Amino acid sequence: MSVSLRNQRLPMFQQEARKALGDTQLRHNLGKATQTIRNKRNRVVAEVPDWEQLREAARQTKVRVERHLDAYLLQLEEAVVQAGGKVYWARDAIEANAIITSLVRMHNAYEVVKIKSMVTDEIGLNDALAQAGIQAHETDLAEMIVQLADDNPSHIVVPAIHKNRAQIAELFRASLHDIDGTKLSDDPRTLVMAAREHLRTIFLRAKVAISGVNFGVAETGSIGIVESEGNGRMCLTLPEVLISVMGIEKIVPTWRDIEVFLQLLPRSATGERMNPYNSFWTGVQKGDGPQEFHLVLLDNGRTNVLADPIGRQALHCIRCGACLNVCPVYERVGGHAYSSVYPGPIGAILTPQLLGIENASSLPYASTLCGACYETCPVKINIPEVLLHLRGQVVRAKQQNMLHRDTDPENLAMQAALYIFEDPQRLALVQKLARIGQIPFTHNGVISQLPGPLGGWSSARNLQSVPKQSFREWWHAREQEKKHDGTATR
Amino acid sequence: MRISLFITCFNDTLFPQTGRAVVQLLERLGQVVEFPEAQTCCGQMHYNTGYQREAIPLVRRFVDVFSGAEAVVAPSASCVGMIRELFPKVAELAGDPVLAQRVAALTPHVYELSELLVYKLGLEDVGAYYPHRVTYHPTCHSLRGLKVGDAPLRLLRAVRGIDLVELPAADECCGFGGTFSIKNADTSIAMLGDKMRHVLDTGAEICTAGDNSCLMHINGGLSRVRTGVRTVHLAEILASTEEYAGQRLG
Repeated sequence: MSVSLRNQRLPMFQQEARKALGDTQLRHNLGKATQTIRNKRNRVVAEVPDWEQLREAARQTKVRVERHLDAYLLQLEEAVVQAGGKVYWARDAIEANAIITSLVRMHNAYEVVKIKSMVTDEIGLNDALAQAGIQAHETDLAEMIVQLADDNPSHIVVPAIHKNRAQIAELFRASLHDIDGTKLSDDPRTLVMAAREHLRTIFLRAKVAISGVNFGVAETGSIGIVESEGNGRMCLTLPEVLISVMGIEKIVPTWRDIEVFLQLLPRSATGERMNPYNSFWTGVQKGDGPQEFHLVLLDNGRTNVLADPIGRQALHCIRCGACLNVCPVYERVGGHAYSSVYPGPIGAILTPQLLGIENASSLPYASTLCGACYETCPVKINIPEVLLHLRGQVVRAKQQNMLHRDTDPENLAMQAALYIFEDPQRLALVQKLARIGQIPFTHNGVISQLPGPLGGWSSARNLQSVPKQSFREWWHAREQEKKHDGTATR
Repeated sequence: MRISLFITCFNDTLFPQTGRAVVQLLERLGQVVEFPEAQTCCGQMHYNTGYQREAIPLVRRFVDVFSGAEAVVAPSASCVGMIRELFPKVAELAGDPVLAQRVAALTPHVYELSELLVYKLGLEDVGAYYPHRVTYHPTCHSLRGLKVGDAPLRLLRAVRGIDLVELPAADECCGFGGTFSIKNADTSIAMLGDKMRHVLDTGAEICTAGDNSCLMHINGGLSRVRTGVRTVHLAEILASTEEYAGQRLG
């Protein structure tokens, strides 16, 4: 499910959503989990009197970053090198995976521990490592669950949101062979302790750790990761070698800027005032923690996104997942329906841009434009605006393909509607014709079955028939009557 | 005040009773209502579905028809949202600075019905009488787009005889979303299921809102499963009096 390869066409959202909607267990798990996170988030956000100013400050910082990204990246590189780290530039997933694989091999390592990271999912790193004979161990509990189940994450922050604890207990009993399965109940604490026991031996053994990056501070070369379980802290301190993969948009200009994001991110992501573990490191400290630090800076389509003045705000995302938790579409279909590493509203605007609009043309339509995402986003990404912008690109791409244009029913319908709306007399005529045209479908003033592509409407919804008199006919008649009355009185 | 009615193509064709209610209500309040017959559609369906160039001639027509009006009112939050938020973008897309200027001059005079009544005319009690149990669904475009706030609720609370009950999870989208309701029919219906459950939980006889498009979707579901609950546009409730109770407006 990696989005690393351009020209890889994603399945249609409509079809995937249909499958997901039929899974009652999934619907129940998602509804419960998103509601819980939403409530927690709302409680801790309400405590912050300057929340709106913080959002605006974060937005402006991100705008500054995108405007001077070239300079900030060089500044970051210099600072990281100065502090004893090494920096690599990867144009795409293939380059990034090659760099990482060769670094791991150089240390004769055949396994790595990983901190939960979206960007390594994006480049399909685990598969690339596996092909090179290197086993990647996901150490975030939910990522570990997803990996054990040979499944895909379905949420940016809560990757196993689609599973409940009973399902997880079942999975652990079947796949954690170093744990006595008979002792495993579905009690959360028992499950966490089992995972802890399983992971602890791996942490102590692993020589190489791989992480993503939440923040890269250009001014100081400091790299930051926030997490809740302490598995990240283990990965960042125990192994000899640390490799961090950073999307080039993850820059913040100065150390001071972190204060804004550390207030916004945990509250938006998990409804916590602060993350339990906030790790920042600058290069290498002799005798303390990893003695080698490698930073891989990844483009993978980001500079293309940056070139689009409206679309580029998608790069402001700090991966909090708040837009997923409030999205009424996500809440019902879950993350897998998007067939994209980045699901939900942010995925619907980011994936088509990273992958090419022609490869994810159904995603910009996976929204009712209700605006809940924009209202919640801690960095004020106007997701509905970008969705509309991308829909425009989908249609333009469709229309430029001449063959398609003349047969596409939607395009034909839209052109016909435009023709009708260009002339009020035409509109009035069509209103009259509709009254006749609907007769075969109408029973007792109600239409309960529509033909062709409109059948989706009537599969569960009635439609009242077109009334006998349109508003404009009523108005016209009333005006005539008034005139007539006026003449009569005179 | 002379108020130009933008009925919207949708209401014109499918919900003329809403337009008649707006006329009746505003005239009862002493306003002069005009209906420029050259109007058609604001282009929202085209724009939101991605046919953005196709919206240009419709925006031009709208601006030609309504420029210079003292006030324009539409009984649809989503159409007013299109005009206010997206007309400037259409003018930009058209690369036409004159159109952009005319849009900028016109949009401050365009109001959604509850905005016009509460914020422009300073009214809450419009003298309506409506003896029914009613719940109000704030549509996404009125809530998060236009930010009409509690204007519709203030109007409803002042209606005599009404039994107004709060809708649980009211601010959640009903699942209509324009062409989303057809392109993503399954997801749309899943969202509708939850909205219907909340409406039914209130025990209301009528679900109202400021947009007939969302109401058509909600009513489509309520009617299909014979719930005995129907939808009525806010304008029709506000137009009702002892003499013209509810559906007799039709």
